Amino acid sequence: MAALRQIAFYGKGGIGKSTTSQNTLAAMCHYYGQKILIVGCDPKADSTRLILHEKAQSTIMQLASEAGTVEDLELEDVCKPGAGEFNPEDETITDGYIMCTESGGPEPGVGCAGRGVITAINFLEEEGAYDDELDFVSYDVLGDVVCGGFAMPIREGKAQEIYIVMSGEMMAMYAANNISKGILKYANTGGVRLAGLICNARMTDREYDLAKNLATQIGTQMIHFVPRSNHVQRAELRRMTVVEFAPNSEQAMEYRELARKIIANDLKVIPTPLEMDDLEALLMEFGLEEEVEVEAIGKRAEEA
Amino acid sequence: MGPLNLENLQKEAIAEILESYPEKLSKNRAKHLGVDSPEESKGACDTSRSNKQTVPGVMSQRGCAYAGSKGVVWGPVKDMIHISHGPIGCGQYSRAGRRNYYIGTTGIDTFVTMNFSTDFTEKDIVFGGDKKLKKALEEIDVLFPLNNGISIQSECPIGLIGDDIHAVAKKHKADSAKPTIAVSCEGFRGVSQSLGHHIANDMIRDEIMPDDSARKDFESTPYDVAIVGDYNIGGDAWSSRILLEEMGLRVIAQWSGDATYKEMAIAPKAKLNLLHCYRSMNYIARHMEQEFGVPWIEYNFFGPTKTTESLRKIAACFDETVQAKTEEVIAKYTAMTDQVIAKYRPKLEGKTVMLYVGGLRPRHVIGAYEDLGMEVVGTGYEFGHGDDYKRTKEEISRSTLIYDDVNEYELEAFVKKLKPDLVASGVKEKYVFQKMGLPFRQMHSWDYSGPYHGYDAFAIFAKDMDLAMNSPVWSHTKAPWDTEEKGA
Repeated sequence: MAALRQIAFYGKGGIGKSTTSQNTLAAMCHYYGQKILIVGCDPKADSTRLILHEKAQSTIMQLASEAGTVEDLELEDVCKPGAGEFNPEDETITDGYIMCTESGGPEPGVGCAGRGVITAINFLEEEGAYDDELDFVSYDVLGDVVCGGFAMPIREGKAQEIYIVMSGEMMAMYAANNISKGILKYANTGGVRLAGLICNARMTDREYDLAKNLATQIGTQMIHFVPRSNHVQRAELRRMTVVEFAPNSEQAMEYRELARKIIANDLKVIPTPLEMDDLEALLMEFGLEEEVEVEAIGKRAEEA
Repeated sequence: MGPLNLENLQKEAIAEILESYPEKLSKNRAKHLGVDSPEESKGACDTSRSNKQTVPGVMSQRGCAYAGSKGVVWGPVKDMIHISHGPIGCGQYSRAGRRNYYIGTTGIDTFVTMNFSTDFTEKDIVFGGDKKLKKALEEIDVLFPLNNGISIQSECPIGLIGDDIHAVAKKHKADSAKPTIAVSCEGFRGVSQSLGHHIANDMIRDEIMPDDSARKDFESTPYDVAIVGDYNIGGDAWSSRILLEEMGLRVIAQWSGDATYKEMAIAPKAKLNLLHCYRSMNYIARHMEQEFGVPWIEYNFFGPTKTTESLRKIAACFDETVQAKTEEVIAKYTAMTDQVIAKYRPKLEGKTVMLYVGGLRPRHVIGAYEDLGMEVVGTGYEFGHGDDYKRTKEEISRSTLIYDDVNEYELEAFVKKLKPDLVASGVKEKYVFQKMGLPFRQMHSWDYSGPYHGYDAFAIFAKDMDLAMNSPVWSHTKAPWDTEEKGA
């Protein structure tokens, strides 16, 4: 049995990170029999909804709050088996399974969600959640690396491979570049590596070329270009992943391919993030924007 | 030792320290260290850099903003409950350590030596502590119904997780009809406790000063004064107020030692604010001057010379009756203090002392030592500002080493070089010097003694200094294997 691999999905908020990660992890389990633990690192606790077929009912921090301290919790309280074929007991489709846990955290605007992530991950490690049977631990982390708490999954001894979910839009690429900076910071001390960009396509102009070029520039690969498909949303409304909902669909095959690439992936690099100017130049090069004259900066469309 | 020799020695001591440092540190610390004397026109008291961030890597004697607000300004207000909002340590380790004496029944109508805390745990950090705070405030009102208000003292994490303590305070104030005052004195703010004093003063300004309910029916007299910046350490404010009362003045408020909410609220009715600790309360004295037209003067009640000077200065602000009575008071007590001096001065004459304390003491106690025939050869402030150093100039009477935010290495080096007979500093320094075989007095809270303010207290002060220096214990500090003459 191969050693446990710890991976993490990062990316701009709203980019489809949780959807992409769950569909991909489901494919890794469904087609390749992988045994996976998903650690949702988002106070919204929606990183495991499609696997559980329901929103996680009890998060680590919520239970800790009710019990008094996190030390009062048991692993079984917080780790839930996936629904249907993802349950360890269910071996009809695959030997693989997915266990799910969510760090949870405060409602927006209060407390410290970052500390919640730190507490939750420490708890899982101390309680031995990362057992020998697992092939993968996957962290799904909210938005940007805004503070130390959300960098927790990429610190020493945690996730070794980071997949950044992005699209061909300026802000998504900007976020991807920023996350690379976060990885770079921890790369030398903790050994974390960038393992690839996953382009969750918005079908903007020349998106494929742009994403591929950005990946090359920051020293990594575009590991997969996931096209848009209505199957994703249909499955999501049923709180399911595509591989469960429509296992024979083209979209399921896309996730299958991404799953295969991740399992086989051996390109793990220390990223070389771009300066803001270079990033803008890249967008211009691919014709998203025409070069803007210095005089035009800050001017409205009708003024220009 | 001649004055010139002393000055050379002091300058040499600074040069040696700066030489031992790496270049950058040396450059930084050079601005905080210097020598000054009454004759000097632009000495260290005028030029010393202060109120700057402590250099990392050296032990500092400074406190934090929370210490300045909760520990110094708010904590002694006896009929209010001061709740430390955050993890338990800040409240517990600052509990009752400052010896702010008060009259009352603790736990019933006064609460100074108790520790109230929201006792944060991990979950409060993650989910925020607003609700817990609100509950704590409600519990306080149930368990301690005679409290006359609550202050909420922020600890560090509150500033990070963004608990809206001001909103909680506002709500509780409306619900309970009692003053509820949130103070954002997170420890990481500023460079020392000094900012905490300022923040605490600002909250008094914003929350207590506008409350005129207590002032409405207040019957004024022309002789009303308020003591501002006396924390009643070991009873200091009491031994001060009896003198003022004997002069014919009426002390309507003591800030904040043995103080009540109400007397702080009526302070704007004073005809004159008497400011003892300038550093920690000058802000509110200035505010009362601007807002209510209450003038303020500084005074110094350490040692008979300064006390007499101060009494006359205060009396000069009032009529001849007061002035005449003041002379009687001075005559009466001087007879007593002359006896104290007659007893102790011969034993202490010519002995040297080095000070390193906070607030007003680095300059205010110089006169008291001089009354005993002692000489202050070095002094410095933990958290003073430029105006403190300027005021120090008026107090020194010989070449004096001035050290701002001195670290333990420097203080030790200075003491080794100048060989004072007494070191008077804080609890952190105490054992370093006692182990060196040097007499030491802890001058933050008077080493479990006091009071030190006023004439009566001078007898205690003199006795304490004599005990420290002339104790037979010092003849036993020589190690058996140490065959060299002692004194290095």
